[in-house]
Amino acid sequence: MAKKVALLQGNEVCAHAAVYAGAQFFGGYPITPSTEVAEVLSVELPKVGGKFIQMEDEIAAMASVIGASLTGAKSITATSGPGVSLKQELIGYACIAEIPCVIVNVMRGGPSTGMPTGPGQSDVQQARWGTHGDHAAIALAPSSCQEIFSETVRAFNLAEKYRMPVQVLYDEIVGHMRERIEFPEPGELEVIDRAKPTVAPEQYKPYDTSFGDVPPLAAFGSEYRFHVTGLNKAQDGFPTTKAELVDDEQRRQIRKVENETARADIEKNEEYLTEDAEIIVFAYGSIARSARYAVNELRKEGIKAGLFRPITLWPFPEKRVAALAKQAKAIVVAEMNLGQMVHEVERVSKGACTIAGVFRVDGEPINPGQIMDKVKEVR
Amino acid sequence: MAYDYEKSIRPGKLPHIWCPGCGHGIAMKGLIRAMDTCGLDKNNTAIVSGIGCASRLPGYMDYCTLHTAHGRAAAFATGVKMAKPEMNVIVMGGDGDGTAIGGNHFIHACRRNIDMTYVIFNNFIYGMTGGQFSPCTPTGDKASTTPYGNPDPIFDISKLAIGAGATFVARTTAFHATQIDKLIAEGIKHKGMSVIEVLDDCPTTYGRRNKFRSVVDMMKRLKEIAVPVAAASKMTAEQLEGKVLTGVLYKEDKPEYCEQYAKVIAKAQGRAV
Ligand SMILES: Cc1ncc(C[n+]2csc(CCOP(=O)(O)OP(=O)(O)O)c2C)c(N)n1
Ligand code: SF4
Ligand SMILES: [Mg+2]
Repeated sequence: MAKKVALLQGNEVCAHAAVYAGAQFFGGYPITPSTEVAEVLSVELPKVGGKFIQMEDEIAAMASVIGASLTGAKSITATSGPGVSLKQELIGYACIAEIPCVIVNVMRGGPSTGMPTGPGQSDVQQARWGTHGDHAAIALAPSSCQEIFSETVRAFNLAEKYRMPVQVLYDEIVGHMRERIEFPEPGELEVIDRAKPTVAPEQYKPYDTSFGDVPPLAAFGSEYRFHVTGLNKAQDGFPTTKAELVDDEQRRQIRKVENETARADIEKNEEYLTEDAEIIVFAYGSIARSARYAVNELRKEGIKAGLFRPITLWPFPEKRVAALAKQAKAIVVAEMNLGQMVHEVERVSKGACTIAGVFRVDGEPINPGQIMDKVKEVR
Repeated sequence: MAYDYEKSIRPGKLPHIWCPGCGHGIAMKGLIRAMDTCGLDKNNTAIVSGIGCASRLPGYMDYCTLHTAHGRAAAFATGVKMAKPEMNVIVMGGDGDGTAIGGNHFIHACRRNIDMTYVIFNNFIYGMTGGQFSPCTPTGDKASTTPYGNPDPIFDISKLAIGAGATFVARTTAFHATQIDKLIAEGIKHKGMSVIEVLDDCPTTYGRRNKFRSVVDMMKRLKEIAVPVAAASKMTAEQLEGKVLTGVLYKEDKPEYCEQYAKVIAKAQGRAV
């Protein structure tokens, strides 16, 4: 049977992918350029018996998503920069209480209201460090409509598997761009559900590390009764101020994402002509499309350029970027902000090669010509 | 007959954090009796709170308990209830939590008339942070941030709830301990958003700054200001000056939110509504 094909906008694709991944709950608050995700889910979720609610603000939306997820429902919210700023306290709550959920951030510029209808990539560090306190972060950055589908499904999978909030970050260009997309058949993409406890209810501890760094999460309304708090807590879920217990829990919550095996599972990059590249262009989201074009043009001119495109932005692909820094003469980081991921590239390169940036915050995309000029400059 | 509270308390979780004389314990006992009389299934009942002294309550209760962030209890609870409408959802917290930082979530939960029971422990102060004034600190009173007397007017929480659309609203005080469970039980049985305001006391941060010589004095004040709704109808405006009405202040039957959403699902699935 031929696959279902459609011409869809990125935001619409995201909504359909959420349903494919098994989403049962959306709580949101309208904000450009993300609103179509909510609009489509208000149509699609009730069809599959799911719930859609428009809350009174983004804080409430985030709260409702965490509450719904605790009952076992896969939950999602979608917003843009100002909305993500409002959600930050509760993103931290989802981190410490370890509640799976997906937050879509269709990025515009900023700070503040900025340019609501223009694209930006200036929330990439917010996705890492936006909420207070030490915590791990997972953020995915698709660059096409088809990839919005697969990455939204993957975001749910990672949220469920690692028991934490996962952000899908794409800029307004990808969110509003229309492309042909092929709907995967049911079962074609992997769909992961959170691990459920198998112990007897009276033995259940919501943060029981005897099951590894990601303890199984029971659902409210099941035979398991437990306590959830945003305070530092012991493995039984109850607040503690005991130094060693607090320290153990905090470190475990970071380790569960940053250990070697988890990183290998979570990290995902695309590399194009990097094998023999002397200059690496580092770009993500819509800008990676300009970068790919630039690389092709540069190759035609005999310049050995290659593209490194992180699809997983966080955790940052430290090892691979460090290796590329040793191989290349220079890495050119192109992003629609005034230099954010470039700090990571600099950090892990440890001075092994020249790092240069092409930055833009005027609401216009970075074009291939700008990237080519920079590559020629640093060559 | 002595009531058995132990069966609702989580083994090993007492003593609680509250100060001697704190009214939150009286309100909690009322809540326990109410939940028990209603026969709520522990596995199928969530107690959701925000942050504050009052909001520490869920940790002591043997139910599905969710201690959220300051002010956000109603919004978390909305997610729980929407996702699993068959669960009983009790929301609770302080006056500051519910009407200052959480005021927006509070009024919108009322507006939706979602089937939850929200018990507000109103001690007229931010207890946990050391006695700063709340939206319910009486005008003129002293708080750690109103050293010259509070210039702010107050919220009447019950009126606010009625205005926002809650369909069961009641008020009582920690002095009227046996009324607490009756009103909460009525609220639990009511289909829709129920708000029960329990006026209680914080001797530690409010009482001592406002010339209450003892907890007994604070209780006496609660006794003096409370006027049952029935009695109030026979009193003049002057007589009612400085009083608060107690009992069931409002009750109405209106479509409940999750039931309304069930109709949305039916329509989306092309089934008859
Ligand atoms: C976002 C945020 N802001 C401020 C606080 C500090 N804070 C904790 S409890 C509280 C006030 C609690 O007062 P109330 O809700 O009346 O409860 P009570 O302690 O009186 O029972 C405040 C301001 C916080 N925890 N989180
Ligand atoms: S500070 Fe006030 S509200 Fe908090 S526990 Fe003590 S008496 Fe109760
Ligand atoms: Mg208070």
